[in-house]
Amino acid sequence: MIKFHKVSKKFATGFSISDINLSVERKEFVFLVGPTGSGKTTIFRLLTREILPTEGAITVNDWDVVKLPKNKIPNLRKKVGVVFQDLKLLHDRTVFENVILPLEIDKKDPKFAAKRVDEVLSQVGLSDQKDKFPIQLSGGELQRVVIARALSLSPDILLADEPTGNLDSETAHSIVQKLLDINEKGTTVIMATHNLDIVKNLSKRVIGLDKGRLVRDDGKR
Amino acid sequence: MKKFIDTTWRNIRRSPYQAIAAIIIMSLTFLVVSFFTFLLVGSSKVVSYFESKPQVTAFFKNEAKQSDINSLENKLKDTGKVSSVKFVSKKEALEIYRQQNKNDPLLLDLVTADILPSSLEISTFKIEDLSIISESLRSSPIVSEVIFQKDVVSTLTSWTSALRKIGMGAILVLSVVSIFIIATIIGIKISVKKGDIEIMRLIGATNWYIRWPFIFEGIFYGLVGSFIGWFVATASLLYATPFLSSFLRGIPILPVSPLFLLQLLGLELLMASILGAFSSFLAVLRFLKV
Repeated sequence: MIKFHKVSKKFATGFSISDINLSVERKEFVFLVGPTGSGKTTIFRLLTREILPTEGAITVNDWDVVKLPKNKIPNLRKKVGVVFQDLKLLHDRTVFENVILPLEIDKKDPKFAAKRVDEVLSQVGLSDQKDKFPIQLSGGELQRVVIARALSLSPDILLADEPTGNLDSETAHSIVQKLLDINEKGTTVIMATHNLDIVKNLSKRVIGLDKGRLVRDDGKR
Repeated sequence: MKKFIDTTWRNIRRSPYQAIAAIIIMSLTFLVVSFFTFLLVGSSKVVSYFESKPQVTAFFKNEAKQSDINSLENKLKDTGKVSSVKFVSKKEALEIYRQQNKNDPLLLDLVTADILPSSLEISTFKIEDLSIISESLRSSPIVSEVIFQKDVVSTLTSWTSALRKIGMGAILVLSVVSIFIIATIIGIKISVKKGDIEIMRLIGATNWYIRWPFIFEGIFYGLVGSFIGWFVATASLLYATPFLSSFLRGIPILPVSPLFLLQLLGLELLMASILGAFSSFLAVLRFLKV
């Protein structure tokens, strides 16, 4: 489903990731761990073609991401849902309007879209908050809105970039549980985190990065 | 489509002052377009009216005898160049004067048939024969004055031509100014929404999904602005119609037909949509690079 072959990405400040080889199978749940600046976010940005690698090949769902024509990038992004580290919510829109946005972009029937939003909001436990604006929500609720938005188009892959970053441990666990539930329903999930406590408690595959290099890949346990 | 329009409306509501500035410049442009259209259509009709009327009028001296007038009339007919000759007696001249000034009793009281000259209204088959007829009339001892309407027509035609040039120039300048102002306003909006645009891209929005609301915004400014411009010009014209009618007495160009006004509105709305869309498109190309 996802393949990185000898992928490197060099920015003006130096290499962010270097010579990465990895593959993730369909329906897997993978933790991507490493300290800040280890290259986790770079991997996610490469997967959504936000940036191009300096070297190497990336495949997602049989798409050659590097050679993907510009006009096909939106199709890739509809199949890869992202829970961004900095949330990236539209603050002048309600929870409902934020979550329905990918469905509107995909020109889904408005009735179907509204029903789908209700489903995903219920899935993340935010049905009663749909008319609120982001500024009216707590950190955990905001994370769940972003998860709901990422799920709205039923993506094949969900990338969660530090989704528990600024949350208390109870909320962080509930978010991880949501991601596990989503994975149970068949979505491939890659969760980037530097919180090793969360990783230790779950028996899931862990890919470790340090200074842009792959230092650990314990495969499926 | 509805979603794009909703987004456009949201963008407009959130920065009303910019929207007002864009609408004002568009209104001004189309106010000028409307006024010049009225002037050009009106003056063209005035020219056509004069062209279709007797083109030489000879006024007789008071002492001119009817027999001399008749002989001059026959002489003109004999040239074979004249299509029609109409004698207007002093009495008939007074009647025409009364008719034209029926709403102004003061002017009617002051004038009697004695002070109005009798005249001949002469039309020719060919416009180039007007000069010959006019010259022969001027040489007649019983004629006091010859009004050669070719002069009126050519003066009006040159005025209309100048008016057209000034109008086109003003419309061109205002259109360019409108394009730059709307492009700048849309450009500012794109810059302000850069973060939101990036988010939309990251969740799969195509370039056109992002562009359309901005294009619609330009079209909206164009439509509203042109309607206001047309409305103000039309209201002014209707308000001034009684005054203009008495000023242009006898020339049947007023009142302006509602169909013409509606056609003008339709044309202006179309032009404004194109202008607005083009302005936004410029902004989108400049500020929304992909």
